[in-house]
Amino acid sequence: MPTNILMPALSPTMTEGNLAKWLKAEGDAVEAGDVIAEIETDKATMEVEAVDEGVIGKILIAEGTEGVAVNSPIAVLLEDGESADDIGDVPSAPAPVAESAAEAPVSVSPSEAAQVEGKAIENRDILYAQGAVLEPPPFDEASFTDMAEITVREALRDAMAEEMRSDKTVYLMGEEVAEYQGAYKVSQGLLGEFGDKRVIDTPITEHGFAGIAVGSAMNGLKPIVEFMTWNFGMQAMDHIINSAAKTLYMAGGKLGCPIVFRGPNGAASRVGAQHSQCYASWYGHIPGLKVVAPWSGADAKGLMKAAIRDPNPIIFLENEMLYGETHSVPTSEDFAIPLGRAKIEREGSDVTIVAFSIMVGKALQAAEKLAEQGIDAEVINLRTIRPLDRYTILESVKKTNRIVTCEEGWAFSGIGAEIAALIGEHAFDYLDAPLVRVAAADVPMPYAANLEALALPQMDEIVHAARKVCYAD
Amino acid sequence: MSAKKAKKSSGKKATKKPALKPVSNSESNPTVEELRRLYRDMLLIRRFEEKAGQLYGMGLIGGFCHLYIGQEAVVTGITSVQEKQDTVVTSYRDHAHMLACGMDPKGIMAELTGRIDGYSRGKGGSMHMFSKEENFFGGHGIVGAGTAIGTGLGFAHKYKGDKGVAVAYMGDGASNQGQVAECYNMAALWDLPVLFVIENNQYGMGTSVSRSSAGQLYKRGEGYGIPGEQVDGMDVFAVQAAARQALDYIRTGNGPYVLEVMTYRYRGHSMSDPAKYRTKDEVNSFKEERDPIAHVKDMMADMGIDEAELKAVDKEIKEIVNEAATFSQKSPEPDEFELWTDVLVET
Repeated sequence: MPTNILMPALSPTMTEGNLAKWLKAEGDAVEAGDVIAEIETDKATMEVEAVDEGVIGKILIAEGTEGVAVNSPIAVLLEDGESADDIGDVPSAPAPVAESAAEAPVSVSPSEAAQVEGKAIENRDILYAQGAVLEPPPFDEASFTDMAEITVREALRDAMAEEMRSDKTVYLMGEEVAEYQGAYKVSQGLLGEFGDKRVIDTPITEHGFAGIAVGSAMNGLKPIVEFMTWNFGMQAMDHIINSAAKTLYMAGGKLGCPIVFRGPNGAASRVGAQHSQCYASWYGHIPGLKVVAPWSGADAKGLMKAAIRDPNPIIFLENEMLYGETHSVPTSEDFAIPLGRAKIEREGSDVTIVAFSIMVGKALQAAEKLAEQGIDAEVINLRTIRPLDRYTILESVKKTNRIVTCEEGWAFSGIGAEIAALIGEHAFDYLDAPLVRVAAADVPMPYAANLEALALPQMDEIVHAARKVCYAD
Repeated sequence: MSAKKAKKSSGKKATKKPALKPVSNSESNPTVEELRRLYRDMLLIRRFEEKAGQLYGMGLIGGFCHLYIGQEAVVTGITSVQEKQDTVVTSYRDHAHMLACGMDPKGIMAELTGRIDGYSRGKGGSMHMFSKEENFFGGHGIVGAGTAIGTGLGFAHKYKGDKGVAVAYMGDGASNQGQVAECYNMAALWDLPVLFVIENNQYGMGTSVSRSSAGQLYKRGEGYGIPGEQVDGMDVFAVQAAARQALDYIRTGNGPYVLEVMTYRYRGHSMSDPAKYRTKDEVNSFKEERDPIAHVKDMMADMGIDEAELKAVDKEIKEIVNEAATFSQKSPEPDEFELWTDVLVET
């Protein structure tokens, strides 16, 4: 049966082109791959190749014709044994084949999609992606009563060790994690217990070993990747975002990447601009990642265990200044804190203070000071940045009607900005005062001690912000 | 294991690695059966890619579409000597690798058209398909990233002790990425079972190798102690022989290996590339004198294989490809709810 050769599109945006030249004449035999014509687009002259073999039966569009629409027939191809006489009613083949009957597509906006009911609605992650506000799954933290006084550093190590004992596919990789016992001694003792197959010193090559870890996760392992600090993790950002975070979606759910990227985040002390930065909002921006930021020893242990068990890529933001702090930490090997759930560290009725990581400690100190001044502050420890526990924040604001956000990173596009948007969208009418953000000064981190202290958000600023939203000054 | 012991075992061994013989020419005497199989596998790739080009021209495939036409002998030759447990990862010119791994042409084409029956449910596209069943790990759109992922696949093979080798394909352009050097270092340091394949088609998009790359690509592993070899990628038997030797070397615990396979793409970098950076004579010289499929076809003719038999293969391939094309247009677009799924694994 004769078939039409159609004007091809040579780029996603091309709608028409000029038929510059025919390289085959009527009656010429062509094979697949033969160049038959040249067409001009707005960008270039391109060759058109034959896809099927046959004989050019008729040229429908003469060379030199301008403005030929994409997909319009330009020639007729005859198969073996056919002649030009067969060109009667040429079907528009190879025209697109019709799709199987489907209901007319209905455009669904994100807010409407959030209302879709059915099986998928049970998937909390989907609802989260749609911006739903959900009560977090229950977690009875008080039921863990056997406690040990250990440092945050030890809590992280214990969490990794417990998970490595129970799952042989878990391994730790990073700079100085093995023989040096960790640049900040977080991996102390792990090489001795698990050996160099599972506790692996890497060269100083973050981009490469992050990619290797991602590849190993795709092939059945569960890597924990330590960045000596998250500042160096920037070298590996392509693999974290393009390779780890997006693969599940790009694979239609058929291939995931269970991996934990961890290390100290934010400012340490007097280490200057390149070593003092908070990455919470950077990674919190990315769908496909979960972002965790512990404060206490219990946070460190329980969230690390949950992170290692989670089948998704996790960004685990520790803080060097907290490593040496001692807290009561549950000893149970079952103590894994569900990701996506904030903790109310201090209940209060006058103002909500939302914080994560090192700022939780400062917020609690501020709350004590505020109590002396007659202001009863509620302090929320976010624990997880993404998925954000919107419910706990909103319920608190509905109670206190005032909110201050605290973060060590910059305010612009920060976590406080995200919470401000959340409040604006869901609790605007509950607010008795505009939200106030406490964040780092909008400058690279200075070295001088006095300037560094000015750049970082301090406890007194939280007190001041809380008094401001309470109209106490 | 104690820390002390660990230190000892992590010290670099001085194992003598086997001497390698150069494999620059076809030395094999393929059976008729093998010739037929290689011919068929290469022809499937070519016809599939031509059809993809056609569907792109009809607006049924969007975005980027990078065709493998001309390079068929590379992936066909290497895959033909792999073992079942081996894994594969490549860059964005990936349709051929999927076909060679045994993935279903229908599912690949349906992904190209962005339909629900595509390998990634229409959410990946030309550059992003995966199949755990066929040990194919993508399909990566970031030049050089697949090399690190491939090194990680090899890391996992060694960790699990499953005797697998990771075959990590990259282009000549990717070989200049810093992470490739990083991975050579770690793969050699840790004796990882990785075959690095540089598909040198002589142009990274529009920039020729001579304008982008100092030295010779197959020698870039030498500083790390990785043997490298350049092989004629228009001769499937030369590719086969070199890959067989490389895979044996890797599988017996000697660590990684670099194969630079000299090849040529007939089409532009992507569909919208008019390829003005090279002459028509250059393209035609490869098409007319070095075509990998014509080479096998000639050998089959020399061995007295009936032309009718070849025609039967051609017909079978044409049917497979046409079936894939039809399927890829009949399959519906993904349901709108699919927008929200597969962002995270539900926990």
